[in-house]
Amino acid sequence: MVTQNATLKSKEELMEKLRQPEVITGSEILLRSLVLEGVDCVFGYPGGAVLYIYDAMHGFSDFNHVLTRHEQGAIHAADGYARASGKVGVCIATSGPGATNLVTGIATAYMDSVPLVVITGNVISSLIGTDAFQEADITGITMPITKHSYLVRDVEDLPRIIHEAFHIANTGRKGPVLIDIPKDVSANKTLFKPVTEVSIRGYNPTVSPNKLQVDKMIKAIAEAERPLILAGGGVIYSGAHEELHEFVKKTDIPITTTLLGLGAFPSGDDLFLGMPGMHGTYTANKSIQKADLLINIGARFDDRVTGKLSGFAPHAKIIHIDIDPAEIGKNVPTDIPIVGDVKTVLQIANLQAKRAEKADAWRAELLASKAQYPFSYKDSEDELKPQWVVEMLHETTNGDAIVTTDVGQHQMWAAQFYKFNKPRSWVTSGGLGTMGFGFPSAIGAQMANPDRLVISINGDGGMQMCAQELAICAINNIPVKVVILNNQVLGMVRQWQELIYDNRYSHIDLSGSPDFVKLSEAYGVKGFRATNKEEAKAVWEEALRHPGPAVVEFVVRKEENVYPMVAQGSTIDEMIMGDAE
Amino acid sequence: MIKHTIAVIVNDQPGVLQRVSGLFGRRGFNIESITVGTSEEVGLSRMVIVTTGDEQTLEQITKQLYKLIDVIKVIHLSSNPIVARELALIKVSAEPAARPEIFGVVETFRAAVVDIGTHSVMVQVVGDTEKIDAMVELLKPYGIRELSRTGVTALNRGNSR
Repeated sequence: MVTQNATLKSKEELMEKLRQPEVITGSEILLRSLVLEGVDCVFGYPGGAVLYIYDAMHGFSDFNHVLTRHEQGAIHAADGYARASGKVGVCIATSGPGATNLVTGIATAYMDSVPLVVITGNVISSLIGTDAFQEADITGITMPITKHSYLVRDVEDLPRIIHEAFHIANTGRKGPVLIDIPKDVSANKTLFKPVTEVSIRGYNPTVSPNKLQVDKMIKAIAEAERPLILAGGGVIYSGAHEELHEFVKKTDIPITTTLLGLGAFPSGDDLFLGMPGMHGTYTANKSIQKADLLINIGARFDDRVTGKLSGFAPHAKIIHIDIDPAEIGKNVPTDIPIVGDVKTVLQIANLQAKRAEKADAWRAELLASKAQYPFSYKDSEDELKPQWVVEMLHETTNGDAIVTTDVGQHQMWAAQFYKFNKPRSWVTSGGLGTMGFGFPSAIGAQMANPDRLVISINGDGGMQMCAQELAICAINNIPVKVVILNNQVLGMVRQWQELIYDNRYSHIDLSGSPDFVKLSEAYGVKGFRATNKEEAKAVWEEALRHPGPAVVEFVVRKEENVYPMVAQGSTIDEMIMGDAE
Repeated sequence: MIKHTIAVIVNDQPGVLQRVSGLFGRRGFNIESITVGTSEEVGLSRMVIVTTGDEQTLEQITKQLYKLIDVIKVIHLSSNPIVARELALIKVSAEPAARPEIFGVVETFRAAVVDIGTHSVMVQVVGDTEKIDAMVELLKPYGIRELSRTGVTALNRGNSR
């Protein structure tokens, strides 16, 4: 207790000290502002245009700086940090190639509404526009994939811009904000006075919903015979999981959550139907198609969820709750639009929410369907099945880990067979589907949650897109448990080529991958391999016992497919059920 | 497809035109014309955009524009009576013998001859898009050498906003 108080006091003292007006450089303004914004961890990579910033960071200890091995690693780590903590993720890169290496990560965060503040250096102001060495118009390049961006022209503007950037990133519909700082701006000095207020004309997200629309929703629930809730990532981002739970319990309406919504509602609950969409459950997809009322809470009707739009939820009255008005009616025509923060909307709705009385037969039908059509697979005693591995991960961790994934078959198996009960326990690239995301995002998630178990599930393809970040796990002792489901191919591409391209397997063979155990050990990270169930259990337990980072490669069946599957262009109830059924 | 005229009041910031036009481009919205200039308030610019699309497209355009931090206000001008004007400069081949005829057209349209060369005249015409289209059609037989149109700028009539 004594130490904790001492820490708290020193933190306050630090903040007080940083708030004192002082003539300092742009670089020092940046660092002080980050601390004042509550940043405790920054991921980055230095270079010519950010040398003043890194010089100011020499011996600086008021936040952690993690030096990644590639800018892509830095931004995915910042993203994982943000998703797993709810705080703004921060990363720093230099100009030109450093900045452009962030593009994939910025687009990933933008698609999934993740709050990031991305700081890039640029060449000195007088050289901007001359094709100077390592110059790139990063604000121009990233305009379509940022919520907002700034090119700082005067050091005087820097405190305001940083404060605005954090405000914009983490309010309304969240998203990445880029601040591009020319080298001279980071060197110039001015009197720093912290900015604590923000006033941006033209930026006033609607938080409280229109009361009449909420009343309409309550009335629609009372009339519905086959109501269904579709909840998305917005529930988690607004911290509304408890309100959602209360809403579901009060109305007794069955619920399905999107890929990014996993963890927003306890997976073991009778009313939970699993995930819908391309690889969703039979029951979730059928229920959407049969529903007479669909309440979308913080999801954006992504095409991976809706399938063929013209045949989506054909009988349902649609209610759409979203903080971003532009999402309402974008893909699916909406009968009752409710613009507002999901948490606030549900708090208001919960005051008057009543049980959907007419839906008893519907509940019974879905409960029976759920029991009849769970996710399933044919297990094998000879080969390791990836689904079995994910089930084992779930059992050995009681479902308590933070799981990050890369993109592909393993991502879908993780979504299907690891059961999530808590928000911010599931970190995955949904919108952009970014390979290379899984492993570095786990580093960020672990930095945000030093005391939790973080498992990163990857394929052999995606793992090789950011494997170099093993170095930072090793030297910083970041105890991420990296799982590789190695099927020696680009699995999801193989699956599409098998089912849709008539077994024409074009360029999917990943032969020539490194020995992942040796690769890990070369970086100083413990490596394990398993090729059967017995080995799998043994090495996984050993990896869990190991106090530091570990890589566990599970050599799994190459031909395994993800089922159910809805082919592109089909309605979501036209599912290929696969060999398990 | 219905034609819509919208005004977008934006912060007068570098890059704001790129933000707005880029949004139209990447979301597949059409820009028939776009004009930008200062507005009645210092620090704010007024863009007038003529676009085509159904009501749902117009709604999406409006909502997506509002997502840009630098966009202060979006006004659907053509939902109310408007004054919409475009300016065109048209350089027409005009040997001395043909000039009286051309001047006749100019006069009828209440346009103006603003420059005379040895073999050409420059005509300035202000009006709605249809008027300028008609003027251009009438001058075509004489041989249009160069043509520059500003695109539409517009305000709502009277007290309506």
